[in-house]
Amino acid sequence: MKTGKQTWTFSNVYLQSVGTAVGPKEAEGPLGDCFDVTYDNLHCDEDNWELAERKLLEDSISNCLSKKGIAKEDVDIYVSGDLLNQIVSATYSARTLQIPFLGVFGACSTSMESLAVASSLVEGGFAKRAVAGVSSHNATAERQFRYPTEYGGQKPGTATSTVTGAGAALIGTDVTDIRITSATVGRVVDWGVKDPFDMGSAMAPAAADTIATHFKDLNIQPEEYDLIVTGDLSAVGSPIVRDLLIEEGFDITNNHNDCGLMVYRPNQEEVFAGGSGCACSAVVTYGHLVDLLKKGRYNKILVVATGCLHSPVMVQQKESMPAIAHAVVLERTGSDY
Amino acid sequence: MSLHDQEKYSKNIKNYHPKTPFVWNSTKAFLIGGAICAFGQGIQNFYMNVFDFSEKTAGNPTVATLILIAALLTGFGVYDKLGQFAGAGSAVPVTGFANSITSAALEHKSEGIVLGVATNMFKLAGSVIVFGVVAAYLVGIVRLLFRTFL
Repeated sequence: MKTGKQTWTFSNVYLQSVGTAVGPKEAEGPLGDCFDVTYDNLHCDEDNWELAERKLLEDSISNCLSKKGIAKEDVDIYVSGDLLNQIVSATYSARTLQIPFLGVFGACSTSMESLAVASSLVEGGFAKRAVAGVSSHNATAERQFRYPTEYGGQKPGTATSTVTGAGAALIGTDVTDIRITSATVGRVVDWGVKDPFDMGSAMAPAAADTIATHFKDLNIQPEEYDLIVTGDLSAVGSPIVRDLLIEEGFDITNNHNDCGLMVYRPNQEEVFAGGSGCACSAVVTYGHLVDLLKKGRYNKILVVATGCLHSPVMVQQKESMPAIAHAVVLERTGSDY
Repeated sequence: MSLHDQEKYSKNIKNYHPKTPFVWNSTKAFLIGGAICAFGQGIQNFYMNVFDFSEKTAGNPTVATLILIAALLTGFGVYDKLGQFAGAGSAVPVTGFANSITSAALEHKSEGIVLGVATNMFKLAGSVIVFGVVAAYLVGIVRLLFRTFL
């Protein structure tokens, strides 16, 4: 049901199961033990980077389904996206899965975009069970957006490190311990940042816009949530979004964190300002935060995945970088399932 | 200062950015760049002393040796880490040029020898070659004009 300007509220959508797969750097990070599948090499035992990313995505989905004992034939729709041209990781994994497929792209916001779209389909009765999945890979993203992996260019401190991994969520109408209660679909916001090594600054206004709209649409205050977590604003964008929201009268300082700051240790090699990528918010949310909800550490969280919608061609044509953020609310039902 | 001032946003967010350590970065670039050049001089001396090269003819095998070493370091995944540390110090010498070609060739190996490696290996170095040739051509013309008319 539409509530306010941009928010959908759901009454009958439950998180059934989650699955995650990550590469070596994420496995060495502080959340390393939270993930279902970890690889000790960036190639994930495959011949090239693209195959590695696809393997991560397929691993996350097969783990997500097998944990709940659901066959892929029993899933009605697969909503997925990634960062590569023509979202090939998503489409090729859909070829393997043979589940009816909707491809989505919102750069790194795709994690919550896919979850919001899947939730609306379940809520609307168009699917009984849906899988939302995303992937990103450090080396495929470097090739897609930046330089060859082994190129010796110097990155500035505002740069982020693309998370190698994939996260999948199975949602449906069966009552479980976690309910998806609402989603706020973001607008594209562009405040003129042009530096592709500073995506945190470009995405912070989009995140602030979506978060403020979410509060206004539902007529709530930040205290409603035990945790408000942004996707990949990093050490640069996180303080900006907090200050932007304070100017709008919402103080999230006490309950805000950023997935990009949670997935790595600051002293890990080449982390720069933090993690980024579709998988950043996906693996932290599905691998770590869902577990904390299940354990009762949190009751209600707001996940705001942020995406920078530029391409290398647009940047070379001196265009600024538009950004978007989509928010999804995960809430404990109190039931023991 | 209002962060919501969209006109000044790009300027105001500078306060949130980590400070670029210009002096330290320049020092690192100077030391590593200098070390690479000194190493190159050592190779040139080696060719002159051990083999029968003159100072002029030793140049080519010296450059070839540096390129080979840089290509190997790129393949072993060392040169990109050196590049993050040294910046221009490892990008400007001929070893940086070799790294840009080798890294692109490695990156596109999965698309095949012709359309992958051969087509893409100069995608970063190509601009250096274009401007190198154009600059040499222009300087050559200026030199010719000076010698002819002055």
